[in-house]
Amino acid sequence: MPAVSKGDGMRGLAVFISDIRNCKSKEAEIKRINKELANIRSKFKGDKALDGYSKKKYVCKLLFIFLLGHDIDFGHMEAVNLLSSNKYTEKQIGYLFISVLVNSNSDLIRLINNGIKNDLASRNPTFMNLALHCIANVGSREMAEAFASQIPNILVAGDTMDSVKQSAALCLLRLNRMSPDLVPMGEWTARVVHLLNDQHLGVVTAATSLITNLAQKSPDDFKTAVSLAVARLSRIVTSASIDLQDYTYYFVAAPWLSVKLLRLLQCYPPPEDAALRSRLTECLETILNKAQEPPKSKKVQHSNAKNAILFEAISLIILHDSEPTLLVRACNQLGQFLQHRETNLRYLALESMCTLASSEFSHEAVKTHIDTVINALKTERDVSVRQRAVDLLYAMCDRSNAKQIVAEMLSYLETADYSIREEIVLKVAILAEKYAVDYTWYVDTILNLIRIAGDYVSEEVWYRVIQIVINRDEVQGYAAKTVFEALQAPACHENLVKVGGYILGEFGNLIAGDSRSSPLVQFNLLHSKFHLCSVPTRALLLSAYIKFINLFPEVKTTIQDVLRSDSQLRNADVELQQRAVEYLRLSCIASTDILATVLEEMPPFPERESSILAKLKKKKGPGHLPDIDDARRNVNGSTEHSENAEAPKTGSNHPFTDLMSVNSPPPVANSLLVDVFSDISTPAPVDVCEENFSRFVCKNNGVIFENQLLQIGLKSEYRQNLGRMYVFFGNKTSTQFLSFSSSVASQDSLKAHILSATCVLSPQLNVHAKTVDPIIEGGAQVQQILNIECVSDFTDAPVLTIQFRYGGALQNITVKLPVMLNKFFQPTEMTSQDFFQRWKQLGAPQQEVQKIFKAKHPMDSEVTKAKILGFGVALLDGVDPNPANFVGAGVIHTKSTQVGCLLRLEPNTQAEMYRLTLRTSRDSVSQRLCDLLSDQF
Amino acid sequence: MIKFILMVNRQGQTRLSRYYTPVELSRRALLEADVVRCCLSRKKDQCSFVEYKDFKLVYRQYAALYIVVGVTDSENELSVYELVHNFVEVLDKYFSRVIMFNLDRVHIILDEMIQNGHIVETNKSRILAPLNALDKMADG
Repeated sequence: MPAVSKGDGMRGLAVFISDIRNCKSKEAEIKRINKELANIRSKFKGDKALDGYSKKKYVCKLLFIFLLGHDIDFGHMEAVNLLSSNKYTEKQIGYLFISVLVNSNSDLIRLINNGIKNDLASRNPTFMNLALHCIANVGSREMAEAFASQIPNILVAGDTMDSVKQSAALCLLRLNRMSPDLVPMGEWTARVVHLLNDQHLGVVTAATSLITNLAQKSPDDFKTAVSLAVARLSRIVTSASIDLQDYTYYFVAAPWLSVKLLRLLQCYPPPEDAALRSRLTECLETILNKAQEPPKSKKVQHSNAKNAILFEAISLIILHDSEPTLLVRACNQLGQFLQHRETNLRYLALESMCTLASSEFSHEAVKTHIDTVINALKTERDVSVRQRAVDLLYAMCDRSNAKQIVAEMLSYLETADYSIREEIVLKVAILAEKYAVDYTWYVDTILNLIRIAGDYVSEEVWYRVIQIVINRDEVQGYAAKTVFEALQAPACHENLVKVGGYILGEFGNLIAGDSRSSPLVQFNLLHSKFHLCSVPTRALLLSAYIKFINLFPEVKTTIQDVLRSDSQLRNADVELQQRAVEYLRLSCIASTDILATVLEEMPPFPERESSILAKLKKKKGPGHLPDIDDARRNVNGSTEHSENAEAPKTGSNHPFTDLMSVNSPPPVANSLLVDVFSDISTPAPVDVCEENFSRFVCKNNGVIFENQLLQIGLKSEYRQNLGRMYVFFGNKTSTQFLSFSSSVASQDSLKAHILSATCVLSPQLNVHAKTVDPIIEGGAQVQQILNIECVSDFTDAPVLTIQFRYGGALQNITVKLPVMLNKFFQPTEMTSQDFFQRWKQLGAPQQEVQKIFKAKHPMDSEVTKAKILGFGVALLDGVDPNPANFVGAGVIHTKSTQVGCLLRLEPNTQAEMYRLTLRTSRDSVSQRLCDLLSDQF
Repeated sequence: MIKFILMVNRQGQTRLSRYYTPVELSRRALLEADVVRCCLSRKKDQCSFVEYKDFKLVYRQYAALYIVVGVTDSENELSVYELVHNFVEVLDKYFSRVIMFNLDRVHIILDEMIQNGHIVETNKSRILAPLNALDKMADG
């Protein structure tokens, strides 16, 4: 269909374009263009009125010139005139010029509006489409105000043509994004949702985009879209490819629409209705199955379209995070892609797997691909793919593979692209800190980092290593020895000199006993680097020297001589000069006692959020690193815990006192008094929401509560007998929540109406909640931190009581917090022999609890494994003679005591039954753990 | 959503550009040059998705012509990649000669397929319906 041969091929335009194409140089092109611009200008200004065809031709030339990157400052008026033409081609060029060249704040808008108004009223579908495109593309406020009220009517009216509906849907989407106040929800919303049922797939495609956008803003108004979208999707994925005729693309049925529907479903949690839910699961299974079927075409377009749907389905599965079988299947599928010959697929698989790694159900499955990912890091030719591999390694890292992953990242760093080095440095630093069991490894890793990529080691990183060394006695000697050795290198990075200077200044005495690192040797070593360093490093070294004077009186005179030299005392830099003068005087006049007090070892740093993590987050931009947010890999939290676990403050009943915010809430008694006079003291009897409680037995993160107004998400982490829970309150509405309060109580005290308690001391469990901001803005999320201490074993979980005002009405919500005894498990690895020995030791009848129960979920051994690991015990392989059985061991840590625990789970797949046996040294613990775990299968 | 679509030749000259999010006119040339440089410098075996500033580029090469689409992070890369191919197939079906002479028609086709950064129509015959109607009018 050669269009050029058709009647209206504009010859003048074709000649002009040919001329431009034949231009040999940029100068020639500009010359030709200027000539043409002058010509057009004179035509437009000329006395002779131009006919529609000429106007169109010249406007079209201007458009072309604009696309070549030249400014166009005239012709707008002529374009607007074209709008009123009755010829489609002229009208179309007019609209095209306007939507490409007119800004939303142009003063021509009023004239354009007039043209649009006529076209919308014309009932000619092609004209209406042009007008709707224009409203959407120009997006000016004035235009929106003029037409906003009409668009919804056009969209849902019964007699509107399909193509107009499509344009109207997208136009409405734009208006909603730009000026939502102009398109309030109304009766049209319900009818828009029903467009998902439209016969015409083009209309469905456009409507799905619109609904997805609207649903993100006000999910409640579009809830009904879920069932319609699932139904539609199900019809598409089960259809034979010929059913959808022209919407089939290389034997794949409506790929773009399927992707959009899956994206729409991602705005909502898994459907509550069981039938709907199973229908959705079926769809997702079908999509996963199709990936395994032999391809219907060898064309790459076929597999790409199929995989586009597959990746979107996997995103949905990951987001719902509720069907372990699907998650594991998704992981296997991605695993296959990791080795695919198409780079695009490997890239997407790495990216997708990164989010999969943060799901409790699939974390273990993701870890099995570690070798492939490491290989990708080494062999991929494309830096963006390698970057994804780094991200994935970071996401899949945990205590079991940290050493391997950190080592691989370090070796990759030596050859890594400059663009991603800093990020890798930050990641290595975070992983090394977080998973350091042994802090000598941490120190080695950081020093290696500085050696390999010193230029990319930011201040945050080396500050952090110093904070950690200072806070941990056991590693100080090692750190001093290691930096001393590292400094021997003839050329070492300035960052190493900084770390070395600081650490030797504080802890040089720990290695001074060895003659090879005597005080004088240490000093000479540091001072040999002095002259090569920048001013801030020199300043740091001067401080190290004065610390040396205190630590080692024998080098005092040597150091004083150095300080006294002209290059120090008369240094051109004021800071250095001042330090030299002051330190010298201090060393001369102060007595040893005073010197010792002034130059005492640095006190431990207060633990705070690792600045490295903050930096990485900032670097990646918000929302770009979902894996970091996962509490499983929450660096700061875990170190804070270990600090507390190892060094509880003496004289304080509460190990968390030091972490409390300064503006702590008023004492309990006070708030009770206040409560008497407020309506808070007479709450309606509230039901404690336990709905999601049991889902948290084997996992630590997720959504515990959700209604139309509020979503409560949890992230928690436990170490020994301490725990920390991050509670996220998300305001799902667009209005503020006022007088928001949230407090924790034990279930008993709840009955006694002590609602505003901020600190509850039940005998078995201490929970301390920080206060939250009393106002939550619409759409915003606030976080509350709960610190938890397990004193002795317990059964009842604490409850969280939330109150706030929404549009004048007081809302009360009470949620049972998933703090269970098994959270305080530490896994214990042991040999088969040890296991049976202990099993026998715990043979007393009251120590064993056994339960036989019917399986509630499909009996998948991978899922069971994941659940047992999530429960907190170590899975012991090869202990049970029957490989189908699961055996685990762990220790429950409470403040008063530790309770060892052994468990055995015997599945009987034929009868679909399980037998669970638990042996612990305490009967109450055995019983409680058995109740908790047996509920999970 | 789709932020923009560009057609450029190997010399880096823009042949068509369409923006779905407002970008100031003065900054477009700069953005286009940078984006094009980014894609042209890549080799065949590299992946077709490039992270660029805070969004992604999906590009596809047809002989001397590159089509580059800027998309937000949330867009499904493969589906955009195939959308480009679908677009090219439509162009192939309609034009027999160099498309540069018919920019207005390329725009009509594009507008039928993508509006406002979202896919509206993927069915080839429906995409071409208005153009064919137009040609009939011109003939008649």
